[in-house]
Amino acid sequence: MRPVIPYVTAALLFGLGVYGVLRRRNAVLVLMAVELMLNAVNLILVTADTTVRAALPHSGQVFALFVIVLAAAEIGVGLAIVLQLYRLRASVTVDDVPLTEAPVGVAADRGEGAT
Amino acid sequence: MTGADVLLLALGAVAVGAGALVVGTRHLVRAGLWLVVCLGALAGDYLVLSAELVAWVQVLIYVGAVVVLLLFAVMLTRAPIGPSDDLDRPGWPAALIGAGSGLGLAVLLVDAFRWSRVELPAAGTAERLGEQVFRSWVLPFEVLSVLLLAALVGAIVLSRPDIGRPAAKAAAGAVEPARPVVAADEGGRA
Repeated sequence: MRPVIPYVTAALLFGLGVYGVLRRRNAVLVLMAVELMLNAVNLILVTADTTVRAALPHSGQVFALFVIVLAAAEIGVGLAIVLQLYRLRASVTVDDVPLTEAPVGVAADRGEGAT
Repeated sequence: MTGADVLLLALGAVAVGAGALVVGTRHLVRAGLWLVVCLGALAGDYLVLSAELVAWVQVLIYVGAVVVLLLFAVMLTRAPIGPSDDLDRPGWPAALIGAGSGLGLAVLLVDAFRWSRVELPAAGTAERLGEQVFRSWVLPFEVLSVLLLAALVGAIVLSRPDIGRPAAKAAAGAVEPARPVVAADEGGRA
């Protein structure tokens, strides 16, 4: 087995994930790109498990399992935030999220007054 | 080139191609479906790399749960049939940074490993991995279970509009009056 093949696959997938996170405006698509990056890391971990003879066997695969669990937690909280954003603003475009904003109740009043 | 190499090349090409379509397609729902292809190809990669348990967990959790959640989110927010034009921001910087990091990492890894060859280790079956998890990695495992619980509670708090917003609640005051009565009752009993 040539380890360079899965390593290069993982590197390219990570690059695609970075591109997707920076390029996409839809928050759900940004989360999909984040999944690509996490999976690239998992592929690196599993491949390293075959190339590195560590003191503890299968550490890389155990770490990959941990990363999968972390990704599941991340996607749960992330989607809750995205759905809340959609409920507040009827849009999931990350460009439209103001970064300096008063708390929710105040913002809703102001938004109605402005539009 | 052995059979494993050919399989890894083919599955890697499928994964990278499907990944490119995930970040490139103009159809929202199709991005999720291409993500299934990409993650499935990666699960095949794990199988070839003798990581059985990780491959099946990948199929179960990623393809089974995460992608379904993402598709739910797409449907709940905004799911136009056909292409949508406002998905991307115009971005040479994104392409530059993405290609830079991806190709840079690829060059580094190629330089490190060249065309070297390793023997595959013993398969990572559920038995061996479970032994490792519950022997060497017990503490991270337990911490992760606490983290999952925290994420679950956090998601519930985020998606319930009626908790965690005392100021707005006091202003609205519709459902709230029931609570102080109960609290007062309990206080009286205590």
